[in-house]
Amino acid sequence: MTLRLEGLGKEFVPGLPVLEGIDLTVEPGGFVCVVGASGSGKSTLLSLIAGLTRPTAGRVLLDGQEVTGPGPERGLVFQTASLYPWRTVAGNVAFGLEAMGMPRARRDARVAGLLDEVGLRHLAGALPGRLSGGQQQRVAIARALACSPRVLLLDEPFGALDVQTKEDMQVFVRQVWRDVGTTVIMVTHDVEEAVFLGRRVIVLSCDPGRVARDLAVDLPADRTLADKRSTAFLALRVEVEDLVRAEHRAHQARV
Amino acid sequence: MTPHPAATQAGETADQKPDPVTGPDPGPVTGPVTGPVGDTATGPVDGGATGLAPPRPGRRIRPLSGSVTARTAWTLRALSVLGPLAAWWALSASGAVNPAFLPSPAAVWDAGVRMAVSGDLWSDLAASLGRIGLGFLLAVLISVPLGFTMGALPWAQALLEPIVGLLRYLPASAFIPLLIIWLGIGEASKVALLVLGVVFFNTLMTADVVRRVPRRLLEVSATLGAGRPRVAARVVFPYALPGIIDAMRVNAAAAWNFVVVAELIAATSGLGYRITRAQRFLQTDRIFAILVVIGLIGLTIDVTLRLLRARVGRWSA
Ligand SMILES: Nc1ncnc2c1ncn2[C@@H]1O[C@H](COP(=O)(O)OP(=O)(O)OP(=O)(O)O)[C@@H](O)[C@H]1O
Ligand SMILES: [Mg+2]
Repeated sequence: MTLRLEGLGKEFVPGLPVLEGIDLTVEPGGFVCVVGASGSGKSTLLSLIAGLTRPTAGRVLLDGQEVTGPGPERGLVFQTASLYPWRTVAGNVAFGLEAMGMPRARRDARVAGLLDEVGLRHLAGALPGRLSGGQQQRVAIARALACSPRVLLLDEPFGALDVQTKEDMQVFVRQVWRDVGTTVIMVTHDVEEAVFLGRRVIVLSCDPGRVARDLAVDLPADRTLADKRSTAFLALRVEVEDLVRAEHRAHQARV
Repeated sequence: MTPHPAATQAGETADQKPDPVTGPDPGPVTGPVTGPVGDTATGPVDGGATGLAPPRPGRRIRPLSGSVTARTAWTLRALSVLGPLAAWWALSASGAVNPAFLPSPAAVWDAGVRMAVSGDLWSDLAASLGRIGLGFLLAVLISVPLGFTMGALPWAQALLEPIVGLLRYLPASAFIPLLIIWLGIGEASKVALLVLGVVFFNTLMTADVVRRVPRRLLEVSATLGAGRPRVAARVVFPYALPGIIDAMRVNAAAAWNFVVVAELIAATSGLGYRITRAQRFLQTDRIFAILVVIGLIGLTIDVTLRLLRARVGRWSA
């Protein structure tokens, strides 16, 4: 499974591109983090890949097939869990499987397996309103994973969580990625998170959003939280932070 | 016991100097709870720069979201009914008002019992309830799908909102003569009035509720492979249902009013009809008794729909 973005561009207002000339190829099983200033078009980029927004230039290709609308092979998770508040945790995870028409017995088995994976089996019958922010995000991720997406799109999934929960979730998402083997594209404004999780970090410039830099993260594939203190990690983190800051300054100078 | 802020507000504002704004911004009701304005109030605040005196320490700020205990609430509820009842009793017992105009509570009770024993009350009640049952059902069957469509599909909204919004402002009671010409004085015209009076409001309110379904929820559903019919049935409808019932509850009150109005004007049965009959013979005690019954039925409808709402919307509590 290869995801290709070809000359991708988006203008909400004609003449004012939010994104422009984005060319990107993501190898199967990759983990790409996208960072950039607020308003650089990170969410718009995910929305284009998800097929929720149509590009005004270029195209999104999944294994050579153009993306023309949303579909279960591209799962999406937002910053604040958009769970179905009237459905139980298990019911939320089952939603995509129901849409697929999977028979009840297989569905239940799959939901149970997913809840084990995200460590929420004991909360299968709870309503989302009862869950903590981190638990809600786990449900949202399990719900997206239920459809066996080939690409998992995460839009600042841990942005609303406290530091401790956030680190737990980072370890969790890494684990899921390794277990499931799906491609992950994650937007974040947290550079440390991007470097810790990504095998690649894309820095977006602002106004219009372009790929300002595409960095490979040369850190061991097996990372623990302790690696956040390694010299290589810190060097990379500083490099990305400087890039984001430079893009932000350049943008400010222009307006 | 400290009086509830809302209860004292109106009476006290006249002799109070307007306070500088000191309370926390309550923010949007549904937003995350942010608590008191800690970040701005702490630390050395330069009072001179703003021209405001530094906040007095120890000043107690009472948030408007304060609650009362269950016991206080029930006491106040009882007071809200028993107070006016006591005033009525005192007024009629004082002899200041002619009983032909204001009968005593006891006389009203007697009149009510007499109507109940003769059976008139029950047949009138049945007639009125039959009308609201049929009329309101029709109104809901029309307005909920219509409002749902308007709320869910922007083109339906553009097509229907202007006309429904306009029709809503035509007073349904003004249609009574026309309805009698068109449909006669039978059941049809009364049910039609009720439908007319309710259907437009309920349509617009339903559409509003449906439009409030978060866009993110719809987007996520699409990425989970749900097409539009499934999203409508499995996402929009369950999300909007508590709000739809709320709208129905508001409009049920209007429907009940319209039944009585229709019966006041042209009917040979029903609670409204019984009032006009009693008026002819100056039986104010009967009129009062019927008004009490009308009020109690209205309350029952309201409580029933409230319970339904609480049951359906448990997840949103
Ligand atoms: N539906 C829309 N209509 C018009 N303009 C939009 C729309 N969605 C986004 N924009 C604009 O596109 C730009 C990029 O928005 P986007 O949400 O993609 O930024 P972002 O990088 O995700 O920012 P943040 O870090 O704050 O989430 C913004 O200037 C925004 O105003
Ligand atoms: Mg964003």
